[in-house]
Amino acid sequence: MLDKTKIGHQFDSFKVDVEKGRLKFFAKSIGETNPIYIDEEAAIAAGYKALPAPPTFPFSLDMEGPELLPVIGLLNLDIGRVLHGTQEFNYFGQIHAGDTITVSSKLKNIFDKKGGALEFVVMENSYTNQDGELMAQASVTLVYRNV
Amino acid sequence: MTNITVGTKLPELTLPPISRFTLALYAGASGDHNPIHIDSDFAKKAGMPDVFAHGMLSMAYLGRLLTNWQPQSQLRKFSNKFAAITQLKDVITCSGEVVELITHNDEQCARVAIQACKQDGTQSLIGEAIVAL
Repeated sequence: MLDKTKIGHQFDSFKVDVEKGRLKFFAKSIGETNPIYIDEEAAIAAGYKALPAPPTFPFSLDMEGPELLPVIGLLNLDIGRVLHGTQEFNYFGQIHAGDTITVSSKLKNIFDKKGGALEFVVMENSYTNQDGELMAQASVTLVYRNV
Repeated sequence: MTNITVGTKLPELTLPPISRFTLALYAGASGDHNPIHIDSDFAKKAGMPDVFAHGMLSMAYLGRLLTNWQPQSQLRKFSNKFAAITQLKDVITCSGEVVELITHNDEQCARVAIQACKQDGTQSLIGEAIVAL
């Protein structure tokens, strides 16, 4: 069973530069065709200050820390048994190319179902821009298969 | 946007079949390098039939469904449950429908039920969005 004494653990926050090329590559990888996500001029014409980050992009910011999913190390998880259970975003502003986002992450909860066959790890992440404004928050549930 | 009401359907979005190329590209672009999505040997060792799609790739498709419908600046909340694994060659279709008009943080909003389905009708993602009107 996973170590529930780690509930409440606050991971070291880190900063990520949101690069224009990265956003274009991300847009390409999801087959995006809306020009505002690909062409800076189209984005500006549509009222954005630069290329906007698509709605799920904050999850990619999570991946830019010193290690991929630091909760893996904290709880000694075998990455091959980790599945993504739920993902939620609340938006308070728009992340753009050129922003520097600080990602903060907390281990919110651990619980299990089916007599411990499945364990659930809930993380809460926040994304704050260079002006100290909270742009988005995410809640992530990872499922850990013990079978 | 007075024409949005309960029952309004979002224009559907059908994606090309999931390929190894799709997954390699998404792994690189998203930064999610979990080998279970890109390395067949690793996936099989972990007890899976083969590599399978990142849940967040399908969620990004759902995001496209939403931003094709309304500008991203109006999106307030976007959530989903990953209900079934999306395998190689699966064809994902995203759809949504306004199910309620609500007040969210003092704003008039639509609550939209969204889903990603596979070609056999299996729901792979079941979610919800709150969109300002």
